[in-house]
Amino acid sequence: MNSSRCAACKHLRRRCPSDCIFAPYFPSNNPRRFAYVHKIFGASNVGKILQDLPVSYRGEAANTLCYEAYCRIKDPVYGCAGIVDQLNEQLKIAEYQLATIKAAITTALQPSYLLDQSLPML
Amino acid sequence: MGGTSPCASCKLLRRRCAKDCVFAPYFPSDDPHKFAIVHKVFGASNVSKMLQELPVHQRGDAVSSLVYEANARARDPVYGCVGAISYLQSQVSQLQMQLAVAQAEIVCIQMQQDHEQQQHSLNQLMMDEHEKSCFLQNNFINFSSAANSNVANVNYDSFKKESLYGHDMVS
Repeated sequence: MNSSRCAACKHLRRRCPSDCIFAPYFPSNNPRRFAYVHKIFGASNVGKILQDLPVSYRGEAANTLCYEAYCRIKDPVYGCAGIVDQLNEQLKIAEYQLATIKAAITTALQPSYLLDQSLPML
Repeated sequence: MGGTSPCASCKLLRRRCAKDCVFAPYFPSDDPHKFAIVHKVFGASNVSKMLQELPVHQRGDAVSSLVYEANARARDPVYGCVGAISYLQSQVSQLQMQLAVAQAEIVCIQMQQDHEQQQHSLNQLMMDEHEKSCFLQNNFINFSSAANSNVANVNYDSFKKESLYGHDMVS
């Protein structure tokens, strides 16, 4: 009898125990997911991170580890930190643009500004 | 014999710090926490492989970003720095919505002001026309009264022949 191994145990070429820490989060139908986290974090570190968390949080942790590993593989120099930098930059630009437009609105609504455009007394 | 001090990585890993140690330039011995956190999250072996795959001039930045991510993961083991990404993305979305609303508002204000400007010009034109017609009316009355005083001198036959409209209007 051949019980199906999870992606982690297949990758690590070992027997997949019934209480395998990886099995619920690294199914055999998505081998790349485990390959990414193993390359960046190492199976042992991922196992420790998951073990230290309550079961209800492990799924989310596995997802974010996969995302971080994927970002690091795509961008080996900056990884996720590069995305954080880009977003901070976008935030600064958007704040500046909003402040500029709000100032323009305030100016346009000034009573003195409106008076220049007012109709003559008939 | 004087030996150079081992870098923070070799101190933690308890090994001899080679002259060409890949970690030494980036993990000085005076900051042991920096390597400790990176080793805890990524593992020394993985960090070594990552650095060796990069050109030397990019390794400093790579180490900085790895330290940032390792610290984020140590602070938040579930989300790590992905939590910061989610938060920033929602902030950017909110700001972009506010920006779109503000842009629409300024377009409305400009359109309203253009409309008021047009109304003003139209009113001005109507006033001019009104003044003109008053002027003409007044002068016609004056002309008529002056013309009536000379009514006996009008030649009706010639008037009949030479209509203002170029054809015989009187029949």
